[in-house]
Order: sequence, then structure tokens, then C-alpha cells
Amino acid sequence: MSRHARLKDPQSEESQFQLRLLIAFGFMVLMLLLLAARFVWLQVLQYDHFSTLAQNNSISLVPVQPNRGLILDRNGIVLAQNHAAYTLELIPDKIADLDATVKALGTLVEITPRDERRFRKFLAESKEFEPVPLKLKLKEDEAARLAANIWRYPGVEVRAWLFRDYPYKELTSHVLGYIGRINQNDQKRMEEDGTLANYRGATHIGKLGLEATYETELHGQNGFEEVETDAGGRAVRSLRRTPPVHGNNLQLALDIRMQEIADKLFGMRRGALVAINPQTGGVLAFVSKPGFDPNLFIDGIDAATWKNLNDDWQKPLVNRALRGLYPPGSTFKPFFAMAGLEAGALNPNELRPAPGYFTLPGSSHQFRDSVPSGHGMVNLAKAIAVSSDTYFYRLAWEMGIDRIHPLVAQFGLGSKTGIDLDSEASGVLPSKEWKAKRFAKARPEVGRWYPADVVSVGIGQGFNAYTPLQMANATAILANDGKVFKPHLVQKIVDARSNKEKLIDPQPLRALAFKPQHFATVKEGMRAVLQPGGTAFRISGGLTYSMAGKTGTAQVVQIKQGAKYNAGALAEQYRDHSWFISFAPVEHPTIAIAVIVENAGFGATSAAPIARAVTDFALTGKVPAELEGQLLTMPATKKPDQGARDASAAR
Amino acid sequence: MHQPLAKRIWDAIAEPFDGWLMAFLGGVFMLSLLVLYSASNQSWYKIDNKLVYTLLSLVVMWVLAKARPQAVMNFAPPLYAVGVLLLIGVELFGVIVNGSQRWLSLGIVRIQPSEIMKIALPMMLAWYFQKYETTLNWRHYIVAALLIAVPGVLVLKQPDLGTAVLIMGAGFFVLFFAGLSWKVIIGGLVAFAASLPVVWNMMHDYQRRRVLTLLDPMQDPLGDGYHIIQSMIAIGSGGPWGKGWLNGSQTHLDYIPERTTDFIFAVYSEEFGLLGNLTLLVLYLCIISRGMLITARAQTLYGRLLAGAITLSFFVYAFVNMGMVAGILPVVGVPLPFMSYGGTATVSLAVALGMLMSIGNRKR
Repeated sequence: MSRHARLKDPQSEESQFQLRLLIAFGFMVLMLLLLAARFVWLQVLQYDHFSTLAQNNSISLVPVQPNRGLILDRNGIVLAQNHAAYTLELIPDKIADLDATVKALGTLVEITPRDERRFRKFLAESKEFEPVPLKLKLKEDEAARLAANIWRYPGVEVRAWLFRDYPYKELTSHVLGYIGRINQNDQKRMEEDGTLANYRGATHIGKLGLEATYETELHGQNGFEEVETDAGGRAVRSLRRTPPVHGNNLQLALDIRMQEIADKLFGMRRGALVAINPQTGGVLAFVSKPGFDPNLFIDGIDAATWKNLNDDWQKPLVNRALRGLYPPGSTFKPFFAMAGLEAGALNPNELRPAPGYFTLPGSSHQFRDSVPSGHGMVNLAKAIAVSSDTYFYRLAWEMGIDRIHPLVAQFGLGSKTGIDLDSEASGVLPSKEWKAKRFAKARPEVGRWYPADVVSVGIGQGFNAYTPLQMANATAILANDGKVFKPHLVQKIVDARSNKEKLIDPQPLRALAFKPQHFATVKEGMRAVLQPGGTAFRISGGLTYSMAGKTGTAQVVQIKQGAKYNAGALAEQYRDHSWFISFAPVEHPTIAIAVIVENAGFGATSAAPIARAVTDFALTGKVPAELEGQLLTMPATKKPDQGARDASAAR
Repeated sequence: MHQPLAKRIWDAIAEPFDGWLMAFLGGVFMLSLLVLYSASNQSWYKIDNKLVYTLLSLVVMWVLAKARPQAVMNFAPPLYAVGVLLLIGVELFGVIVNGSQRWLSLGIVRIQPSEIMKIALPMMLAWYFQKYETTLNWRHYIVAALLIAVPGVLVLKQPDLGTAVLIMGAGFFVLFFAGLSWKVIIGGLVAFAASLPVVWNMMHDYQRRRVLTLLDPMQDPLGDGYHIIQSMIAIGSGGPWGKGWLNGSQTHLDYIPERTTDFIFAVYSEEFGLLGNLTLLVLYLCIISRGMLITARAQTLYGRLLAGAITLSFFVYAFVNMGMVAGILPVVGVPLPFMSYGGTATVSLAVALGMLMSIGNRKR
């Protein structure tokens, strides 16, 4: 009520109003001072802090990718290269409606179902803020069309990348392998070995073959660019740049032309060929048939294509040269002969009977010779030349596995050669220990070594199983009189910056302690293989250099006692494998070869001509007449006449 | 001959304007042009637009400053009634933008009735108190409270907490100057504090998040706290002298959200530093002081109450905006008076200041 009275009193009302005005004004001034204090705190006291934050905000380190090193053959022909192309990429967390965007982009460039499948796959594997490629290797006009319209689609980018390309496709698949997108396993592995930092921003890594073995050399060192970025993370301008160190180039010992000749000579047949220079261990040709197009794997192979490759009965994805295990058949004999000579179990000049079959004392089981009538009386060289089985059955029986194993093992058979490719198979050179271990889980009588087991080992059957690479390596060791080199595909590593070359050391790993005359004896026998009466005489026509070899036929199925091998009656997969090992020139070998043609029967008919033609090319430069003009690596026909006759004779 | 004519025209134009206010507003306007040019990435388009609506604002301001306060006063009840009806219309037929229903679509134009209420409510209350000046008793305060509560609740329901607080604030200022008992004021504050938990429960999730983010923006630096952190970084990194006009890295690299409108102060602060901030604070203080002076000299109760409420509201807008950008107040959609880009807000401010000038022109 007093308030009521006061309100009606103009005087007190006036003064009360002025008081409130003053209070309001004071309040406002106080509040503005509070704001001013806040500004002082932010802009003076905390200036350093916020200034740093602002800089961190806007300056980020962007990794700059080094260019991956090239891979060249021994003559400088490029086998793996990089070319720049544009990629259409989407950043999922910046796109509201992914499906609609993909659809809209489909009106600008063609997006195939394969592109889309791959995109979905990548999408599932990557983080929200990472760009996911939708279409790779845009054509010029596609890139231009996208660039003009890109502003309409936030979160869509067209970026230039270097793409890996293997121009010789199938020809190099089992040598170079391929690079592929970095997956979670790669990431985990890199995290463990501390290389992840060098792969920031990288998308690919070597997965297989030389691309994997020499990953560190090929990849190089990441560079960094300090860029100012806006809130959307887009680089606005570059402030500083630490250039990347590009990957080193690899120069191979391999001759791509020789590789192609060998590859073409296989035709549609399956098999493998490895050619090694015995003087250095350099791998001149490394063929596994069939191959596959490594380019398919670089940016993720789609499921359907992969399934086709993986389910193909010809197993194109299997590296036969490196991992294919085959019984060596008669190509085992020269190494076995070396063991017999060194062990003193054999007098090379002694004439021994080589009948049509061999039986163990007290047994009626016949170990048959491939020639039912036998070869009469033969010395060692003749036994090798005619490939007498009974001669070597007897030797095996006389020596026993315990004496055979350590001597043959010195040729690297049954162990990894150490070539510069991953996941090499070690093969099997049988021994008692090996058999016990192999059948450790079976009944004891299965794992026991029986005296008869050794007999078939003597002719390269039984438990023997080697890779074509091992056979080529063993041949090279034999050819080189026991000097052992580590087989290697890469000859030189060429520094990207200085162009300095780092050689792969051709120093011999070791020398075998076999007596020199034993090498001479066995090589004489192998030489006789290509001479009249030898099993591969038919490929010797027109030889302008000296060549030594050994044929082999590896059984795929056991033939019943008394039955006859009849190739025609067997389905192709069960036919014998055709082997041939060789080296030339005999006096100073520069090429040693092992060839296997799967299910192709007798070694002299299928495998040997390929070895001859490849050796011809290596030593004389002659290209088989039937391949003239068909080779990618030699488009221009250089020598039309020379040696045409020889080549046809060789086939 | 020309000189006197030009002078006569000038005088006719200048006559209703308050010289001091115009000088201070002119200062703010110059600064705002500079900042807008920078914040819009040197686009003349927004500058042109701003010039157009500023001109329109001047015309509106001139008309209202020229008009007699008593004449304008008579529009208060119908304006208030229309405002309330429109708010009810929004409730029933409003357009939903950004999750809240604030707009009413009238064919081609969409209007925001809450904007009208910001001026209509204090006018209405001032008119009401003037009408019952001689017989004023506690019942009138109850009615006044209802007059505040109706639009307040309607806006709150949209939901637009920020604007509701501003509208009710403007109403409260009228009550305050009308002599609302201190007991009631203090009691109200206590009651408000006590009701906070209840209010918390009634709040929408996004409002709660805003409150939580205000308390500690670092809790969610990439989500709700992002804008506030970025704008604090902009202010802080501006330092005492600023990074220089057009040189704000936070601004030009897109780190500041709404940088031409609600967050334009962050841009200003980054480029002009503490010095610029204090300059702007002083300009605002001058405007407020001038408003207070006009209020003190106002002839009628209506004049005082309205002038006082306008001045305090003006202060509140400026304070809330700067406080929000500086990270001491929650993020509410309040533009910075005459700095933020936007025609509606500027014109409605011009209406208010025109009335203030009109009141000032009729001194006792």
C-alpha cells in the first residue's frame, strides 16, 4: 500500500525512475566491462595459445607420394612403369546421398557395374573421411567433363595419380608380381615394422613377386608439403615442400625377349622354364605358364574375375617355376651320377649291364627301363646319353639313400635356392629323416624307410619333388663345375637421385668339393645326350655351339606292373611331364636351363626344343622362325634369313 | 541560390534524426562495411544488399523519428494483437526451418512474427502503463505479466528459447522502469533459479546440448563445441592488434560458421584485435548512453518506458551476441546490432531506434 502511494507521488516516482535508470546503466557498463575483460583474456593473456591453435588449424602436413621405381629388363626395356591418370574419388562423409551422387556422376561418365562393385568393396574397407575411387584412369574428355561439373557435387574429387602398368601383362606376371591397394593386413604389418609413416597417403604396396620383395627399394621416401587448409580440409596454398625421394629402379638380369620367346614356344601348354647364367646366378628367363594379367590386381580385382582365375583348372595364379613341385624324372640322373662318382660307388669307365628291367635280390618286382629291350653294356656317359634306368636303379640300390642324400643335396635340390622372390617352395630330396617326419602322423610302417624306396629315387621318381627353379639352379651349378651362385632376378638397383648403381653381388656362395674330373665325366655324358644315339639328338641339328642336356619324363600316375604306358589312353592331366635340362656352351656355360612341359610326355619331344630355341637366342640372337614378327618385344624383323632352317629343325 | 536550397533539403532530412545517435551508428556502420567485405570474401553483392537495406532502414527510421510518439503509441494495441495472432498462426500453420517452427509463409514472403513482437510487446506495455498511469496498482502488473507471458510462451513453443528470452526481457525492462517492486524482482530471480531443474527437463535435446557445450565446449570439440571453439580461436588469435583487414586466417579458411551474420563479430575480432573490440564496445556504450539520456529526458511515461526498454534491449542484443561469440553465453540466434548482415534485423532495429529518436525529439 505504501508502494501504491509512492507511485502516485510524481516526485518520488521521478526519483525512483532516475534511480532505476542509473542502476540499469550501471549494470550495462558492468556487463560491457565483463566483455572487455573476456576479450583481454582471450586476446592478450591467451593469445599465444589461440594463435598456435589457429596455425595448427590451418596448416597441415600433406604427404607427397614418391614415384615408384621402374623395373627394367637387362637391356633397359621397361617392364613396370607409371603413368599419370585422373581418378574420380568420393569422400563418403561429405556426401549426403551417396547413391544419388553415384547415379548423377553416371550421367557424366560411364560407370560400369564392375566400377560400382569395386567402389562398394572399397567403401566397406575404408574410413568415412578417406577418398574412395569410383572410376579409375579417366579418359581425357571424361576428366574434362567432370572437372567442369564437379562443383555441383561436394565431396567428389578428380585427382591425378600415378598408375602402375605392366605392359607385358602375362609375360611378366610370375616375375614382377603386382602392387595392390594397401589393406588392413598390410597396415598392421607396417605398423609392426614401423614403416607406416612412410606410407602416409600411399594407396598401394607390392603384394607379390619382385614388387613385393623389393618394396623398400621401389617405394622410396615420402615427401611432405605444408599446406594451408580450409575448414573443409581443402588445400588452399602450399607453404613449404620437402620433396619425396623417388623409388629406385630395378634392372633385371632377365631378358624380356628371351622370356617372350620361351613363353610363346609353350603355346597353350602348361609348364615352366628357368634360364640362369651359371657364371653369375642371374636369371635370364623365368616363365610359368599360364600367366595372368597382373594389371587386373592393381586396383582390386573384382570377385567374378578372381573366381575365374582361381578356379581355372590350369591354375594360372600358381607360380610353377617357383612353387611347382615335380618329380625330376631322368633329369635327376646327372646329379645322382655326380654323387655316385664322388662317393666312389662308380667307376665311370666300367661297362655295366643295362637290361630291360631290374629286380631286387629275392623279389620278383620288376623296376622297368623305359626301353624294354635295354641298352646292352654301358659306361656312365652312355648311361646318361641313352638314359638307362636300370643302370641307375642298380647304382641307387648299391649306394643306399644315406649316401645319396648329402651329396645330391649339395646341388641345392630339396632346399630353397634363395632367389629374390617370396614363398619359394623347398621341394623334397628324400631321406630317412624326411620320410619319418613326413609320415609322422601315420602308422610307423608307413614312415619307415624301405630299402626298395631308394630304387625309384635313382631315376628321379619316388619321393623326389623339385621346382623348375631348383632344377635350373642345380644345372647351373653342375655346368659351372660346382660354383654356387644365388639365383637372382634383379641385377642392379639404380638410385633414382644419383643414378648410382648398386650391383647384386655375383660372388659365388660356395664351391662344391666334387672332383673336377667327375664334372667332366658327367658333362661328357650330358653332351652325348645331343649326339647320335643320345635321347635328344633330334634337337641338335645345326648347333653352332656346344650344348649339353638331359631329358626327363616325370610320371604323374603310377603304371601298374606289366601295363604299358599309353599316352593316348590317358586323360591329358595324367600324362607324363616332359623335362629337359641343358647348358651351353659346354666349355664355358653362360646359360643353364630347366624346362618342364606339363603332361607332354617324353622330354625330348616337348621340353628340349624349347630349351634349344631359348639357348639359340641367348647365344646367337636367333629368333625361331615361327615366332618371327609375332613378338611384342621385337616388333621389327631384324634377321629374316639366318638360322631359319635350324629353328625348324629344332622343333 | 543553390546553397540555401541544398541546405534546406539537408535540414529537412536531418531534422528528425538524433545527431549523436547518428554519429555513433555511422561509426558502427563503417566498421560493419569493412567486416562484411572481408567476411563475404570480398563480395560486392552483399555490400550492395547491405547498402540497399540500410537505406531502407534510414527511411523507416526517419519516418518514425519524424512521427509523434503519441501517434505511434496508438498503434501499439493493434500491433500487439496482430503479433499474437501471427504467433498463433505460426503455431498452427508455420513453416519448419532447422527443426523449429518460426516462419509464417504469406504467399511470396515468409515472415517471422517473433521479430514483430520484439518491438510490439514493449510498445504495448508502455501504452498500457501510460493508460493506467494514474491508477496504477498491482493488478496492472498481473495484466502486464500476462501480456508478456502470452507471446513469450508462444515463441518458446516454436521452439526458440533465445528469442523468447529477448522478447520477455524487453517486456521485463518496461516493468522494471515502471517501478516493479524489488521484492518481486528478487523473488522472481530466486524462483527462476529454483525452477532451473524443471526447465532443464522441459528443454529440447539441442538446447540442452547447447547449454552443456557452453559450460565446456571442449567436451565435443568436433561436434556441438566446434563453432564456439573456432570462433574463440579466431578472437584469441587476433591478439591485441588483430591480424589486419582481410587477413583473418580463421575467417578466410572457412573455420567460422555464419561469418557474415551471427558470428561476424569473430571475423571483426580476428582482423582488428582487442583494439577493434574496445572501439566497438565504446561505440555501443555511446549509443546506450545516448539512449539512457533520451530515456531520462523523456516527457511521458510511455516515452520513458519505451525508450528505456529499447535501449536495454539494444544492449542485450549486443551483449548476448558478443558474449556468445566470445564463449561466455550459449549460442542463440541473436544478430549483432548493425554489424550482422541481414535486412530484417536491421530494419526492425531501425524501427526501434526511430522511435527512440522520436521520443528524444520531444524533450521536456
